[in-house]
Amino acid sequence: MFPPIPNPDVSVQKPQFGPQDLVRRSASTVPPPTRQLTPVAKLIDVSKCIGCKACQAACLVWNDLREEVGENRGTYDNPEDLTPDSLTVMRFTEWINPGTDTLEWLIRKDGCMHCAEPGCLIACPAPGAIVQYSNGIVDFIHENCIGCGYCIKGCPFNIPRISRVDNTAYKCTLCSDRVAVGQGPACQKACPTQAIVFGTKDEMKAWADDRIKDLKSRGFDHAGLYDPPGVGGTHVMYVLHHADKPHIYASLPDNPRISPLVKAWKGAGKYAGMGIIALSVVAGALHYLVQGPNRVTKKDEEEAERLAEEKT
Amino acid sequence: MTDQTADPTPEVHVRVPRYSGAARINHWIVAISFSLLALSGLALFHPSLFGLTALFGGGQTARWIHPWLGIVLAFAFCGLFLRFASQNLPEHTDIVWLSRIRHALSAGGEEYLPEVGKYNAGQKFVFWSQSFLILILLVSGVCIWDRGLAYLEATIGFRISIEVMRWAAIVHATAAVTTIVVFIIHVYSAFWVRGTIDAMTRGSVTGGWGWRHHRRWLRRKVHEGDVKRSRGND
Ligand code: HEM
Ligand code: SF4
Ligand code: SF4
Ligand code: SF4
Repeated sequence: MFPPIPNPDVSVQKPQFGPQDLVRRSASTVPPPTRQLTPVAKLIDVSKCIGCKACQAACLVWNDLREEVGENRGTYDNPEDLTPDSLTVMRFTEWINPGTDTLEWLIRKDGCMHCAEPGCLIACPAPGAIVQYSNGIVDFIHENCIGCGYCIKGCPFNIPRISRVDNTAYKCTLCSDRVAVGQGPACQKACPTQAIVFGTKDEMKAWADDRIKDLKSRGFDHAGLYDPPGVGGTHVMYVLHHADKPHIYASLPDNPRISPLVKAWKGAGKYAGMGIIALSVVAGALHYLVQGPNRVTKKDEEEAERLAEEKT
Repeated sequence: MTDQTADPTPEVHVRVPRYSGAARINHWIVAISFSLLALSGLALFHPSLFGLTALFGGGQTARWIHPWLGIVLAFAFCGLFLRFASQNLPEHTDIVWLSRIRHALSAGGEEYLPEVGKYNAGQKFVFWSQSFLILILLVSGVCIWDRGLAYLEATIGFRISIEVMRWAAIVHATAAVTTIVVFIIHVYSAFWVRGTIDAMTRGSVTGGWGWRHHRRWLRRKVHEGDVKRSRGND
């Protein structure tokens, strides 16, 4: 049905990008990179997904992770939620289309969206624990992570999870290790229906356009691309058959953006806080310079003694 | 303000007990845990202070030790609260004292202030602010504590949304800055008003200190016969 995507060259290669290509680094600054990598993207066509979870399995295998055997909670979601080991999870929704009164089974592959403006990175207090490359990949650098969980509060998609084993945060890496040597992500490679495709962001948008045209011709008038502008666009995008209501896909946010609370906390709040503390130290020092110490005098001691004498 | 520098260490014949040994130990547990909390917290507050994590042996340790120190502080502060709350109730002289805060802040301005009991309005302000702020820090701190929340969910099914965590983070940071400012005021006052630190190291102050800063309290102590008199410098 689909011609297989040819295997890229598997001979040993030098990584095509690295620390010199960072555009953002948490709680620190980076020198502007000397070159701009071509932005990449993973496109997930929800309308083509059959829910086989081959991508989930491939992700576990490639990243050498094992998930604990869980419990069935009455849904196909397995595991029930993202975990430090399951960097991606298929979320199943049974949705009755009010227009046609038919049941639609919506299956969305959840995981990090690789936001152009990553809330996780902005919230992170540890220098270099979260980095963003100029190709759009947002990656967690575990040796710098302190496990505080601020990234969870910063992320508009509820993605990062803290491991109880090494107390660091985990999320999809967009297979940065594979992409660096010219391979596509493991999940993409495993997908039997090519619901997951990977390439440059422009190619993926063009690919999505074709898919959306096809879907529209089949009666999905609101088919569209999910590349939310509120976070500057994402490097993991969805083709949705009902792009006018993303929330029906297991609560995919309609208009994701970095919470104003996080922006206030990490923006003005930091400077105001540091300023107020510095000001109170300066005020104390000035007061001391002007007033000198407030010493008890000889007269005070004598008065106290007189008082004590009166009593006895 | 006249004879201040003339005789920096006048002879002392009267000492007045101010804090029991237990109260002082309690206070120092609060003081030490608070300082460590401020250092480990500030390390995460602003990137330029992240280096403070080295004091704790790295970011991971600073991160996990902070909330546990918070629990220690919360318990220890309860002790101080129970000990001191009744002496910190507001009274009429506090308003007079506050209205003349300018004099309270100048060395030798005491003569323009009403006679104060064990605590003046400034000290009461520190007491009530810290009581209130530590409560806020405890509640908001637990709401951003990954491990603590996981435990509460497993034991009592307590769960909060990420939006609530974001609020908690903002509230925690704001309360932390405020409590640190109040702490700076508190420490500076103890340093500026000479003879005060004795109260927490030796448990007693000189009679002159009492006369100068807490005359009503000194009168009461003398009346109760709770002062130590000696000949010569002790
Ligand atoms: C009373 C109990 C307290 C608890 C349970 C608590 C808990 C927490 C937690 C869980 C964090 C997140 C980082 C981490 O996991 O270590 C944090 C951050 C912080 N805490 Fe506390 N804390 C408490 C008291 C205090 C106190 C007394 C101060 C100030 C002296 C303080 C200052 C801070 C600061 C400045 C931050 C960083 C905030 C930011 O990153 O914006 N905390 N606290
Ligand atoms: S837990 Fe998240 S926010 Fe905290 S240091 Fe690690 S990556 Fe950064
Ligand atoms: S989806 Fe969340 S974890 Fe992924 S880049 Fe965006 S903010 Fe970060
Ligand atoms: S891109 Fe890699 S890490 Fe991310 S879900 Fe796919 S296989 Fe897992």
